[in-house]
Amino acid sequence: MDHLDQLEQQSVYIFREAFRHFERLCMLWSIGKDSTVMLWLARKAFFGHVPFPLVHVDTSYKLPEMIAYRDKLAFEYKLQMVVGQNKQALDEGDTFPIKLGKRPDMSKEEQQQLRTACCGRLKSDALGATLHGTGTRMRLNLETGKYEVDPDKQPYTGVIVGARADEEGSRSKERYFSPRDKHDNWDVGDQPPEFWNQFKTDFAPGTHVRIHPLLDWTELNIWEYIKRERIPTVSLYYDQGAGTRYRSLGCGPCQSPIKSTSKNVDDIIDELKSGALKNVAERSGRLQDGKHGLEELRRKGYM
Amino acid sequence: MARPDAKVAERDQMNVVIVGHVDHGKSTVVGRLLADTDALPQGKLDAVRRECERTGKPFEYAFLLDALEDEQDQGITIDTARCFFKSSARDYIIIDAPGHIEFLKNMISGAARAEAAVLVIDAKEGVRENSRRHGYILAMLGIRQVVVCVNKMDLVGYDQKHFEGIEREYRAFLESIGAVSPRQFIPISAIEGENLASRGKKTPWYKGPTLLEVLDALPKAPPKIDQPLRMPVQAVYKFTKQGDDRRIVAGRIEAGRVKVGDKVVFSPSNKVSTIRSIEGFNTKPRAEIEAGWSTGFTLTEEIYITRGEVMSHVAKAPQVGTRLRVNLIWLGKKPFVSGRDYKLKLGTTALPVRISKIHKVIDASRPDRSTGELRSPERSAGGQGDPPRVPDPIIGRHDVADLVLELRQPIAFDLTADCEATGRFVIVDEYDVAGGGIITEAVSDDLRDLRDEARTRDFNWVPGGVTSAERTARNGHRAALVMFVGKAGVGKHKLARAVEKALFGEGRAAYMLDGTNVLLGVDNDLWVDAAKSELVRRFGEVVHLLLNAGHIVVSTTNTIGLADATAVQALIPDAPLVLVEVGDGSGQACDLLVSGDEPEAEVVAKVRALLDARHITAV
Repeated sequence: MDHLDQLEQQSVYIFREAFRHFERLCMLWSIGKDSTVMLWLARKAFFGHVPFPLVHVDTSYKLPEMIAYRDKLAFEYKLQMVVGQNKQALDEGDTFPIKLGKRPDMSKEEQQQLRTACCGRLKSDALGATLHGTGTRMRLNLETGKYEVDPDKQPYTGVIVGARADEEGSRSKERYFSPRDKHDNWDVGDQPPEFWNQFKTDFAPGTHVRIHPLLDWTELNIWEYIKRERIPTVSLYYDQGAGTRYRSLGCGPCQSPIKSTSKNVDDIIDELKSGALKNVAERSGRLQDGKHGLEELRRKGYM
Repeated sequence: MARPDAKVAERDQMNVVIVGHVDHGKSTVVGRLLADTDALPQGKLDAVRRECERTGKPFEYAFLLDALEDEQDQGITIDTARCFFKSSARDYIIIDAPGHIEFLKNMISGAARAEAAVLVIDAKEGVRENSRRHGYILAMLGIRQVVVCVNKMDLVGYDQKHFEGIEREYRAFLESIGAVSPRQFIPISAIEGENLASRGKKTPWYKGPTLLEVLDALPKAPPKIDQPLRMPVQAVYKFTKQGDDRRIVAGRIEAGRVKVGDKVVFSPSNKVSTIRSIEGFNTKPRAEIEAGWSTGFTLTEEIYITRGEVMSHVAKAPQVGTRLRVNLIWLGKKPFVSGRDYKLKLGTTALPVRISKIHKVIDASRPDRSTGELRSPERSAGGQGDPPRVPDPIIGRHDVADLVLELRQPIAFDLTADCEATGRFVIVDEYDVAGGGIITEAVSDDLRDLRDEARTRDFNWVPGGVTSAERTARNGHRAALVMFVGKAGVGKHKLARAVEKALFGEGRAAYMLDGTNVLLGVDNDLWVDAAKSELVRRFGEVVHLLLNAGHIVVSTTNTIGLADATAVQALIPDAPLVLVEVGDGSGQACDLLVSGDEPEAEVVAKVRALLDARHITAV
């Protein structure tokens, strides 16, 4: 049993515990490499099946290829695909790209504030509304191929999330099963103990639990596993000849590709192990983080 | 789809937890290790240095870890942070555990994941309360590889005698609590980088290895493959809607190994079957599998088992009982008290539990000179000279206790010395895990003999040509016992007959067993003053045979009462028991209480509803 096996087996165990204890369970799928590995692990845990809905929050600024890839896998794996969106913010033009378009001369600091606020509305708020069932959920009908309004308005009480401890400081403090209170807040200072694989599976009405099957995985492990299992990934991760690629996928306007000529999974693994990315933080291309930006967002429900 | 067997992750990995008293320098040790092994993200060290200059704080390596605002503000680690670094030998995950007593639950969460521990003691302050408490907890958690760093040696002039004094004191402490003695004591200065990643120049008298050298030399814990097979059942899956007809018993093998064709037993139900296949997704087919794998099996004879049972081989099955002597640490905000139910989680099972008897409450910071030696109730109750009445001991937050727990139903378990995964448990109070412990002894209860009889019988049972699954399929119901109990003359017999007739009328295999009929025949050789236990035993064995034949047995008896139901259940561990009490109610737990004056049809309907709810008839 090698290290990847060990990580995989622990993730599978966590998935099964989650499925057993949370009747209202869903998994967040950002279409990125981490949550796609997670989707694969779910199929490992349930012998080829994915017995709960996958939730994607569509900010409308995602790169088109991500949406195409999402729907392709949904059909192939017969997924229960649920999509949420903050339509109000989009209709009102209350987003960073639109505001920047109107005032292209705004200062860097103001840009940074608006970026964080935009994430708050298009991601955190949309996610909260989708999870609680207060926002419109669109569900993919696998027969017609269309997204339809989901009649299910019940809140989800267990939410599987692909956070990894090595991403940044605050994520390293998550438990496998981390409670969130009625306002989706995370009381990082007073988390229940978690040991011997006995997780927090009891929760008060109105609260929910975030479940983190990838907590122990590193970015390198993710790529090694993608390689080993031959998991399909979006081509945005690979250099298509321009000498750039995305290391982490978010919204178009708030991320920049990194300089890299990695054209396939093997190249990326080399790059992470010994190449240029050895000691560079993964989210360095994500502009909303800033100082305490991400931590602040995460307390308020950002994934 | 075959899995490509690329050798991608051949490097060894080890989880190491850093513990010790608050402010003894754990975070500095970790920060320094990260810096000295080139494990920090580019520019991070400089960024923290600049931030320190800007705010006028002196630079500390600990700041590297303080990712959260409230942590920086308080200057203490509140939760376990994980960091990654590599040596030439292997990859490490360092779990930085908080040293403040308030955050003991976080320290335990971190330490329980570790294979080895580094315990940091401040050379100047010496052995403190949490140095001892953490040492005790590491021992209880089963972490056997411990390295002790005596930190801040720069503050005591790198004095050898001082170092040796601390080593002596702490070794003596660990010995007194029976903990494994540490691999190494190392004099270090995290601030100056002495003896962490590289050998220092200030301690020429120290000939031992550096911290990194000790870590690299720690052996990986051997896999538990050679122990008896233990797999707590996590779930039984059947994804029929998705067009998958496999019925898969899923779980993680915690110890031992198992192969296709092996006869396996599930405890505590005693159900026996044989491994037909090992299931997986995107894996090569396999005929054998061992400890560490979260896997699934199909069985040759389909048996009705549920989550929480433990799969093992017949020869080395786990113990089954209701009373456990344990060592426990309590972390709940409210104390752990007698007289109320908590939830015990062990493996994949969760059962109501309560305190049966507290032997000792120990101050974990001074377990060597425990003040907790309590007088047992026998000694304190009503003796000559009226010794002062000892109040019930209280197990408060952060206390460690030696006590007996009692479960309402039998549980499959091992002593922690025999199998860790099935020998430890947590206690849930309301919504949160509030304590955890290890099982040190199985305490006998009244039903042990009956349970043993049932196990020997079931493990050696000679099956007929028709399986119980086939009977269930044909009959449209599982076998079960509906037991009418109550005083003589309250109308049990009449109701039992009505239930039998109603079930039979539906086409079910129902049979009314009147206790009198067992007395007339099976008990005929017993004297009138025969032990009650023997009457119960024979009654239970007759019921067992009828259940094995697939019937819903509806029993009515004056000899065997509500109090004997647990004894009957001990003989039929695999069958559901529905207890119906007729009369005014004895106050003991039952599934249904009827006065006996209701119309028969009403009682029948209630019993029918229970049979559906328990999935006896609605299979």
